Amino acid sequence: MPEITYREALNQALAEEIARDPNVVLMGEEVAQFKGSYKVSEGLLEKFGPSKIIDTPISEAAFSGLAVGAAMMGMRPVVEFMFWSFCYVAFDQIFNNAANVRYMSGGLINVPIVFRGPANGGTNVGATHSHTPENFAANTPGLKVICPSTPADAKGMLKAAIRDNDPVCVMENTILYNLKGDVPEEDDFVIPLGKARIACEGSDLSIIAHGRSVQVALQVAETLSEKHNVSVEVLDLRSIRPLDLDAILQTVRKTNRVLLVEENKPFCGVDAQIAYLIQEHAFDDLDAPIKRVSAIDVPQAYSKALENFQIPNHDRVLAKAMELI
Amino acid sequence: MEGIYHDADLSEAPEPSSVATSADPSPHVNQNYINHPINLELEAEEKIRLYSQMLRIRRFEERSLRAYQQGHIGGFLHLYIGQEAVAVGAVSVMSEDDHVITAYRDHGHAIAVGMDMDECMAELFGKRTGCSKGKGGSMHFFAPDKNFWGGHGIVGGQTPLGLGIAYALKNKGVRGACLCFMGDGATNQGPFYESLNLASLWKLPVIYIIENNGYSMGTAESRHSAGEPLARRGDCFDVNWSVHHGHDLYEVRAAIEDALARARTDCSPSVLEIVTYRYRGHSVADPDQTYRSKEEIEEYKKNKDPINLFRDKLLSEGLMTEEDSKALDQSAKDEAEASAEFAIASPFPETSELMDDVYWETDNPEHKTSSGKLFFESSLSD
Repeated sequence: MPEITYREALNQALAEEIARDPNVVLMGEEVAQFKGSYKVSEGLLEKFGPSKIIDTPISEAAFSGLAVGAAMMGMRPVVEFMFWSFCYVAFDQIFNNAANVRYMSGGLINVPIVFRGPANGGTNVGATHSHTPENFAANTPGLKVICPSTPADAKGMLKAAIRDNDPVCVMENTILYNLKGDVPEEDDFVIPLGKARIACEGSDLSIIAHGRSVQVALQVAETLSEKHNVSVEVLDLRSIRPLDLDAILQTVRKTNRVLLVEENKPFCGVDAQIAYLIQEHAFDDLDAPIKRVSAIDVPQAYSKALENFQIPNHDRVLAKAMELI
Repeated sequence: MEGIYHDADLSEAPEPSSVATSADPSPHVNQNYINHPINLELEAEEKIRLYSQMLRIRRFEERSLRAYQQGHIGGFLHLYIGQEAVAVGAVSVMSEDDHVITAYRDHGHAIAVGMDMDECMAELFGKRTGCSKGKGGSMHFFAPDKNFWGGHGIVGGQTPLGLGIAYALKNKGVRGACLCFMGDGATNQGPFYESLNLASLWKLPVIYIIENNGYSMGTAESRHSAGEPLARRGDCFDVNWSVHHGHDLYEVRAAIEDALARARTDCSPSVLEIVTYRYRGHSVADPDQTYRSKEEIEEYKKNKDPINLFRDKLLSEGLMTEEDSKALDQSAKDEAEASAEFAIASPFPETSELMDDVYWETDNPEHKTSSGKLFFESSLSD
């Protein structure tokens, strides 16, 4: 199985799905001639031409809404946001139109669309460019939300998202774009949405995470194993909505101790809901209160010294884990 | 797709086809709309049908207003009364490849495209026999089988959607256009300008129809918009624009037909401002006493009522008699009354239907590809 980067995995998923279905197009700022701000779409313009790989002006409300209208008509547009932070100027098109049209039409109209792009901090770009809106999207019935954390998941889940008949928000991570991993080459390599993944098995403590926090959790698991002889199970949610509640409860029942890690801000973050579900369904299985590590609750800081502390880093996650064991 | 690497050449910007002010559209002295080919070819039967369509919309809405006052309808009810010639005229020149999308004042467009009064009235009542099974309401009627894509509640929010419909048509090689209706208030929303830019840049067959009824809710045009006419705002994007009288069905038909011809020929977008007037408040909850005078309303009703004007034309053309007109009116009233009875007799949706129609996937469990939890309220969840 070839080892490729997360970026290349996304590129393969796009290429395969555009080749597979004539209704699939990729549009966004700088996706074609510039080859993508983060080079995710490199080579696609040459391969598929400007009718499939479409450069848009800096005009998120228009091209997001255009894509929703096209999806209502049966196309399957993939909209790239240079940063998910920029979706805020297209909020109405995503959160009102894409999410609600099916319901408001009594199921007459489908919106098979993908909104994708990076949603993360940790790159010293300041508060406006570092939003992690997976909680906003997951709070909106009608939308699906996924946060792949490995190259294989990036490919398999993006392909599933493009084939999905409902709107799917794919939240990537600029820091993960260079992460390498084994990725199957088959065209039918599709990872169904809503299936969590055990990133490493363990028995003393469960760390439940999504997105890049999974990678941080794995590092902490290694430290705990090597230095403290603690066996940590890391559960990668992969998909926020739909959510694999069974997998969550399974790991909770196995280790009886839970640490939730996410880059979301804490108040009304994704893990607030996960914690609620765990106490509702597995209260008697807990040997300790559920703990959380999120981004520290201030606008994203610019300075490296501040931001590296603000996002869930190895040391903050380790310290919180130690409180549980 | 053509135009993606388009470099705008402004040296050949077309002359605007009208320079009228929107407060007082020019009389178009050189234009005799009744002699426009699209009107010359109108058969008597079709003229009577158009008259009847306008009557049906008006009587439907009057009946819905009574239902609202009787407590059958909740929320908002934005009435189209006074503007009927715009929807009926525009829809009447559409081909089967043309599509419609509009804002929240959508009952007139819905009936004009052929939705029946029963499904519309039942939707207003929140009944399961409504066009959206009671899940959309007054502002959110849809009939994709009739090329009608809503019914959208957020001012200006439908303008990029109309662009997307036009994009899909062009992408699929269909020689159709999207008529995207909007109000004068929507011309001040940013997405409209973003959409005009893309419509022109990518040459998309979208026709923005500004139904200028003079008021953005309770704010008169002179207090909400700088520069006039509103349609002129298309000029800076090199988009064809013109201003028309909305009380004249023939003029509306001619204007839309010309715009459709441009769209069909080379996918050109257009902005048409159609000056019209609404007799009722912004919504039923609007007391309509603070921002305009009763005299203003009466003046318009007396001189420019689109239904009366068209009736007079048909009478003078000898195509129908006063008795015919009264019979059509009675028939429209009866149909509206029957739709109210239908809505009253219809069942409300069951609470078990609350979670249907959110995701395609949960409505089609035999094709479900994902697993996991999609809903998070435990008393009803999967």
